[in-house]
Amino acid sequence: MDKLLFIKIVYIASAVLFMYGLKRMSHPRTAVRGNLYGVLGMILAVAATMWSDDVDQVSWIAGGIFGGAAIGVLLAYLIQMTAMPQLVALFNGFGGLASVIVAGAMLLLPGNQPSTSEWVATALTGIVGSVTFLGSTVAFGKLQELDLFKKSRRLPFPHLVNSLLFLTLIGVSIMMIYDQNDYLYVVLVLVASLLGFLLVNSIGGADMPVVIALLNSYSGLAASATGFVISNNVLIISGSLVGASGIILTRLMCQAMNRSLVNVLFGVMESGGGDDDDDVYSDVTQTAAEEVAMMLEFAQRVVIVPGYGLAVAQAQHAVQNLGQLLEEQGTTVEYAIHPVAGRMPGHMNVLLAEADVEYEKLIEMDHINPTMNTVDVAIVIGANDVVNPCSRTDKNSPIYQMPIIDVDKARAVIVIKRSLSPGFAGIANPLFALENTSMLFGDGKQMMLEITAAMQDA
Amino acid sequence: MTFRRKGFDVLKGVDLSMQPNVQASVFLATALLLVVGLDVPTRAANQPSDSRSAVTVEQASDAASADPDQAPERQGVVLGSRSQTTIASLTIFVLAIFVGFEIITKVPPTLHTPLMSGSNAISGITLVGAVIVAGHSGGLPWLGMVAVALATINVVGGFLVTHRMLSMFIKRK
Repeated sequence: MDKLLFIKIVYIASAVLFMYGLKRMSHPRTAVRGNLYGVLGMILAVAATMWSDDVDQVSWIAGGIFGGAAIGVLLAYLIQMTAMPQLVALFNGFGGLASVIVAGAMLLLPGNQPSTSEWVATALTGIVGSVTFLGSTVAFGKLQELDLFKKSRRLPFPHLVNSLLFLTLIGVSIMMIYDQNDYLYVVLVLVASLLGFLLVNSIGGADMPVVIALLNSYSGLAASATGFVISNNVLIISGSLVGASGIILTRLMCQAMNRSLVNVLFGVMESGGGDDDDDVYSDVTQTAAEEVAMMLEFAQRVVIVPGYGLAVAQAQHAVQNLGQLLEEQGTTVEYAIHPVAGRMPGHMNVLLAEADVEYEKLIEMDHINPTMNTVDVAIVIGANDVVNPCSRTDKNSPIYQMPIIDVDKARAVIVIKRSLSPGFAGIANPLFALENTSMLFGDGKQMMLEITAAMQDA
Repeated sequence: MTFRRKGFDVLKGVDLSMQPNVQASVFLATALLLVVGLDVPTRAANQPSDSRSAVTVEQASDAASADPDQAPERQGVVLGSRSQTTIASLTIFVLAIFVGFEIITKVPPTLHTPLMSGSNAISGITLVGAVIVAGHSGGLPWLGMVAVALATINVVGGFLVTHRMLSMFIKRK
């Protein structure tokens, strides 16, 4: 059989494996196998490429694969689940940079005379890949809370600077394609990297779920563009699958925050004035762990609403323990997860799964809201803006119309929080002052342990 | 093996009455035929008119790498097959985006983080390009090695960490 045709068929098989693997991600039970299909697809694609006549030496490849695999294994096993967003950002960046290098090196391959469309694809890879690379690096720095990236510094006239950089990119691309000039690729990469840096550097920490999803999409599109450079279908297909996945997640995250993508990328999240906080909080009820334990003892249905504060306090296991205790006494326990509860899409679910909470108990916002009025006790821990009823009523609020978990409809609400300080949106939360709300001030983990202890004593 | 029951709207309502494994292979075979079908005619139609036909590029490349032994048989993935038209590539790209949308919208929010890290690993498919660069003695293999290493971190790390997370979701079962 024609060797080239055979290799191409292997590529198709590997593309199908990727699709089928992602398909199986639709349920936790089938997802593990799905991921393994992806691994198989990758092995097939790489093996076929190594076997092709394009490869006449393997020493450099072997060096790269062994080195990269060692680092990859280390990172994957050492990473804490709370640091997952950083890791994904880092991997995105590596993928983007690899695409940039491949497209650039293809220009220098002897005997390779790229056609115009391949030059266009090279330019696109350079732009998207570089934006992904430096953008992801900055996102990593912000999520890791490195001092360098702590503040979302804004340049004077950010729109003007970004637009100028973007126009420069288009200009350089056209010149590069027209002159077929290798050197301009380097210029293109540098300018695009600068743009990636500036774009992500101006985005605040609360918007990181959107940024990571978007960069995820870009890393796929960069791989897809590389596929056009080397006329390889498996790259085009896999890259566009990832591109589509990233776009969907970006859209979901934007909807969950009720903001447009443009607003997240370029807008300023206006902070509500803190001046009326005292009015809002004039009638706050405070409670103690023992009282909460008593309430829980008589509750039939308890819903726990976790936010990222829960992960910061490392309270996942304490929460799971309390949940288990409640279940032993016959109470229904569920976890209501807001789409932006963590720092990346689905992050909170992973954190709770790590603490042995069964995935059947992790309920999406849209599914739990209709039955919220039958909940006896809702425990809000480490969450703030995502349970702020302002979003339904106050047209002037910056989070107006943001979808929230309607805990205020529960018969009783316990909010575990260190103080009355505002969340990311910087606005007061009238939930804290509601009649059916009691505040339990303190560290999330500490309070959970105290409630559990009080329940065991009783 | 539940693609008839959940999702794959194309097959909805069509009772194929087959074992799940048979279904899977039929699906695979159909996909194979489709893409091969898309690929082969463009190759045939393209070769005579393309001034930079595969042979010319191969010869140029072999002259540069000074390897006369392999010259006529050399069938590279890249240099030997620059035959797919841009429009065919674009077609595949657009169709794959649609498939992606169909598949990904069915992933529940619970699995969005593993989905991201898993799809992230898949985007490391650029490793294929990196392997070609690093394996070509005439080019810049050291630069290719850097790209191979970066893409491998992406692929190996991504799949492993996804596996780690997914195992947490089912460990109590």
